[in-house]
Amino acid sequence: MTLLYLTLTLPLVAILLLGLVGHRREGATLNLLFAAAGLLSSLAMALQVLREGPLSSADGQFYVDAFNVYLLVLTCFVGFTTALFSRPYMAHELEIGRLTPPRLRLYHASYQGFLFTMLLALSTNNLGILWVAMEGATLSSVLLVSLYRTPESIEAAWKYFILCGVGIAQALFGTVLLYFAASSIDLPAGDALLWNRLVAHADALEPVAMSIAFIFLLVGYGTKVGLVPLHNWLPDAHSEGPTPMSAVLSGLLLNVALYALVRLKMLTDGALAGGEQAALAGHLMMGFGLVSFLTAGLFLHRQKDIKRLFSYSSIEHMGLITFAFGLGVPLATFGALLHMMVHSLTKSAIFVTVGHASQIAGTQRLEQIRGLIHTQPAVGWGLLIGTAAIAGFPPFGVFSSEFLLLSATMQHWPWLTPLLLVGLVIAFAGLFRAIQPVAFGTPPEGQVAIPVTLWPVAIHLALVLWLGLAIPDFLAAWFDQATRLITGSGLL
Amino acid sequence: MLFAQLPLHEQVILAFSALTLLLSLFMLAHPKLTMVIRLFALQGLFLAATTALVAYDMNEPHLYISAALTLLLKVLFVPYLLMRMVRHFKLEFELDAVAQPARLLLLAGALIVFCYHVTLPIAELSLRITHNVLGISMAIVLMGMLILVTRRKAISQVVGFMSMENGLFFAAIAITQGMPMVVELGVAFDVLVAAIVFGVFFLHLKESIDSLDIGDLSHLSERE
Repeated sequence: MTLLYLTLTLPLVAILLLGLVGHRREGATLNLLFAAAGLLSSLAMALQVLREGPLSSADGQFYVDAFNVYLLVLTCFVGFTTALFSRPYMAHELEIGRLTPPRLRLYHASYQGFLFTMLLALSTNNLGILWVAMEGATLSSVLLVSLYRTPESIEAAWKYFILCGVGIAQALFGTVLLYFAASSIDLPAGDALLWNRLVAHADALEPVAMSIAFIFLLVGYGTKVGLVPLHNWLPDAHSEGPTPMSAVLSGLLLNVALYALVRLKMLTDGALAGGEQAALAGHLMMGFGLVSFLTAGLFLHRQKDIKRLFSYSSIEHMGLITFAFGLGVPLATFGALLHMMVHSLTKSAIFVTVGHASQIAGTQRLEQIRGLIHTQPAVGWGLLIGTAAIAGFPPFGVFSSEFLLLSATMQHWPWLTPLLLVGLVIAFAGLFRAIQPVAFGTPPEGQVAIPVTLWPVAIHLALVLWLGLAIPDFLAAWFDQATRLITGSGLL
Repeated sequence: MLFAQLPLHEQVILAFSALTLLLSLFMLAHPKLTMVIRLFALQGLFLAATTALVAYDMNEPHLYISAALTLLLKVLFVPYLLMRMVRHFKLEFELDAVAQPARLLLLAGALIVFCYHVTLPIAELSLRITHNVLGISMAIVLMGMLILVTRRKAISQVVGFMSMENGLFFAAIAITQGMPMVVELGVAFDVLVAAIVFGVFFLHLKESIDSLDIGDLSHLSERE
């Protein structure tokens, strides 16, 4: 448990420290060091959970099992590599005058604050605190979206704030209803929102209240996942903020919101089991997921901004994962867990290269970014390989997880398989149509290479490749444990 | 049981709940910015009073703390902040009229009926005196959303946002004994931070588009 507290305290200390010195040269280094320390401590915690099983704090407010520990490590890992990337990136932005030192300080402090709220949301056992942390994640990232203070970025941030605020308000209403549904269980008042207590008595939750609660929770947290038609804020917030923010928003925040939904689905399934609407939660998630997946795939074709392009791709993948969790069978859940991981890794790698690409071209407009492979081969190839990976090309990990999802769909909902396949092809075409000229076209006159850090890209893509070729035993066992937790039966 | 047969303080709880919703309707239609803020403060006051009465009725002392939190945040801090902004940007006489107030109010009425309809199955499960209030609280949440949708000025949108929070808070005291203390403190903290972030936003808006009119924010869309 000490390790969890350490993982949570590190970013808290970092907020205070960076709030004081974040504008200095050492700010970025400090940010990186704290992220690295967080990664180490979360890894140590993961080892402990893997060896000793779920951890729970003495007062029951924190609970870590196989499902959330893997997301905790993933969050710390992407947080670390993005901090690695943000150091030269933000230095460049400062140099060309898009930023001032006080805003850099705000950026660093908010970055750590954002990490903290996500880690808190993942590790808390209290569904009320989960809500508080999710709202906190919005609050800590909203000023980052408007960091450049252009009218567009302010508009994006306002939209992000209001839409997510309204969405998350529905989630609080759902939480209140859930609390009411739990009042039939004989728990002390302070414990009635603790997830592990509730899941142990899920069959005693009041089914009518619980199903209405789940609908509110789905709309609320679904807004943060970016499910269509609640996705409007996502492309704006991703495209107008600084690129490291896009990487963590897309790679991490969406996962955290989806994690919350899955935990709540487990409660709802328990409450409704045996009734007429036993699969209500699953079906709702499948519907929302499928619609998001297909709609976002189509929207990929009309994007003019490179960051908007990839944020629609995030909606598409989140839709797919939501659909898979909705299916609820072990194979689909295993695939969904794997997909969450490979999507995070690939998408944050892509945003890193996209950030460098738009710095090279001096714009985010797709039609003005050309010939990256000629100007700076490392960035060009990174973007191309990343795009291939996210589009689901073998041998990358996204292919394996999508393959698992497709097989699960074929087994249980065969008539939905064609829809999924068509969606994958549409998305694939949308991405490649846009990215091919960006990589191979003729570079404009005077386009020169800039100093970059491509370590994060290389590490992430190598990991995704590894996960595609062979999932290491311990990781497979880990996913299997999580699958067992979520669906009740394992795969291996 | 007839309304008049209830003990006096329970009658007051129900009457105050109804008034809280009525204030939402006023906020929805009133054209004057400063008045909307005052109405919001008044709604907070009714909310705090209702919470305190429920605390007395159910004998649940921790609800007194929530009542105090509401009083501090929703009645004093947020309205003070908004009024300061109004004065700072010289908007004292600013109008933010909605296009069709009568139609909007009719729509609001329909929404309230809808809310009662949705919450009926849950309200029937509760034995508490306040179970009717669940419909009211959901209606307040939806009224807040309506304010957000129909208003063009940033300040009135914030009022809508915060009034939604009022509805949520109301729901918590209506059907359960309020949320656990740690959650309530967390929510209150979030509201506080949100209010401050909104304040920062106003300055940014003024700086970048030289008005607090959200209608001017229309650069980002899928149409180009």
